[in-house]
Amino acid sequence: MSGALPNFEALLHQALAPVEPPEDLANRLESTLTSITELAADELEAWELSAMRDPRNWARPAAALVVGGAAGTALVLLRARRRAQVSSGGLSGARESTERTIRDLRREARKLLGDH
Amino acid sequence: MDEPVNQKPKAQLDAEFSDLYRAHLRDVYSYAYYRVGDHHDAEDLTEQTFLQAYRHFERAQRESHGRPLRPWLIRIAHNLAANLYRDRSRKPASPIDDTMPLAAPHTTEQLVEGRDELSRVLDGVGELPDDRREALIMRFALGMDNREIARALGRSDGATKVLIHRAIKQLEEIVGDRGENNGRPQAERHGRDVESDASRR
Repeated sequence: MSGALPNFEALLHQALAPVEPPEDLANRLESTLTSITELAADELEAWELSAMRDPRNWARPAAALVVGGAAGTALVLLRARRRAQVSSGGLSGARESTERTIRDLRREARKLLGDH
Repeated sequence: MDEPVNQKPKAQLDAEFSDLYRAHLRDVYSYAYYRVGDHHDAEDLTEQTFLQAYRHFERAQRESHGRPLRPWLIRIAHNLAANLYRDRSRKPASPIDDTMPLAAPHTTEQLVEGRDELSRVLDGVGELPDDRREALIMRFALGMDNREIARALGRSDGATKVLIHRAIKQLEEIVGDRGENNGRPQAERHGRDVESDASRR
């Protein structure tokens, strides 16, 4: 139904070519999810049992459990698959990237957990 | 009779999320890049998209009834991008133009061969209304079909087909117009564009 010239669509394909994500993005993403996992675990550990007597407090650790559990086990798979692809230089870069972003990611993770 | 809710084993769910992530990291990143216009914001948006996807993956799978989840992922990215623009527009210190020019992520060879033409197309895409721009990004950068785009945009298949048709037509006009004015000074061209926009309205 398009009245556009076929070569114009070809031009559009060329102009809007898919963009490869930066190599460290996958590592950063995994770091983010690791942070969430760790934070979720901390959240549960730090939770005092006395606070759990109040049902109003049940939602938050439950959310931590769900988010942490989901992110944690999925990460094992992601890491295992990525590990084979990462060179030694890549590992160093990944570590730096992790350290650089971890603070921001923790803040983000808190936001996610606090959403519930 | 109600169907029993079959909960997948955790390991299977995780493996499937891992596959989804690997299969669509480039799609989400491409969408994010063309949507927000720079790599830094595109990375953040991609990251946020997969975080949200983690949170809701099990439910999305349950409710998708076996349909592909790419439109769902792109819809998450779409919503997050809208939030990004909304949040930034509230902060006077970091204004953002919703139609910021798109930078071409192309190879040197492509740029040398057809730089002007590609630039005009990308500039034109940036000038389209949001829904038309997004539909074109999904179609051409991600290779999504009408049905997938319809799901991502929350529209009917028919409305999506019309949307894409109009988007291409409008873009052709914009690019054609730019081509005619190619040799003229930018300020003069801008003045003419505003004029022709006004006359079209």
